[in-house]
Amino acid sequence: MEMINQNWDWYISGPLIGLFVPLLYIVGNNMFGISSSFEHICSILLPKNKAKKLSIDPNANRWKFYFVIGIAIGALISVYVLSDEKVRFLPDVYYSVGGYAQLFFGGLLIGFGTRYANGCTSGHAITGISLLNFASLKSTIAFFIGGVIFTFIAVYLFN
Amino acid sequence: MKNIVYIILGTLFGIILTKSEVISWFRIRKMFLFQEPYMFLIIGSAIAVGILSVLLLKKFNVKSFNGEKLNFSGKEYNKGFIWGGLLFGVGWAITGACPGPIFAQIGAGEYPALFTLSGAIIGAFLYKYLKPTLPH
Repeated sequence: MEMINQNWDWYISGPLIGLFVPLLYIVGNNMFGISSSFEHICSILLPKNKAKKLSIDPNANRWKFYFVIGIAIGALISVYVLSDEKVRFLPDVYYSVGGYAQLFFGGLLIGFGTRYANGCTSGHAITGISLLNFASLKSTIAFFIGGVIFTFIAVYLFN
Repeated sequence: MKNIVYIILGTLFGIILTKSEVISWFRIRKMFLFQEPYMFLIIGSAIAVGILSVLLLKKFNVKSFNGEKLNFSGKEYNKGFIWGGLLFGVGWAITGACPGPIFAQIGAGEYPALFTLSGAIIGAFLYKYLKPTLPH
């Protein structure tokens, strides 16, 4: 139990994450990917004719909706059952009106960007590259270029 | 019934993401500053296991539980893979979360991540709305 309650190192968690590629294939011939869950949530929130007009298929990504609900439950279990001490995942500065605005803006970029790129870390970096798809590798490189440029500017120019 | 399977799989995935701190803004910052190899090792080993798994699934001609032949066709390239990818990278760096970890941060009690999620849903809607006008 003691080991479970510590941080799981990369050589445990990395391979376990990779196993979700075959697992989701075997369970339902699904390509592992998470960002299209946002589209499914849109289809729930929007009136039917509007969703149809935007060509959001409410059946295409339904499993991802249940999968992300599970992710939140899993995180809750990790924090309240499988941890000895509280680990923080967001810095305190985000607990402010300015912080909420920054997260909202970052969220917009995530939602817009992943749908424009047709995939995120799970869909492109992990599944796409596992399929040896060169297009997914290119998109993954773009994720990192965007993230590195922003972070270097934020840290070295504005700090 | 099927939905319960996906909730259980998601729960396992959420536990792995949280226990490995992949959902931590601090880990993501160190990744983009190349200050520790941790995140690269996680993503790298996940890809290695993914590649090996796909090779094995193909070699043994594995079918899904519902008897379907597995669909290994990769996504077809368009310009959005780069433009959208760059924008997503910036969002990942700001929030410390890619799509899966947004839900995990919320579950872990970091409630400002609800703002990240609201932004992401509206962002996905905006993309769908603007799609015809964007270069692809």
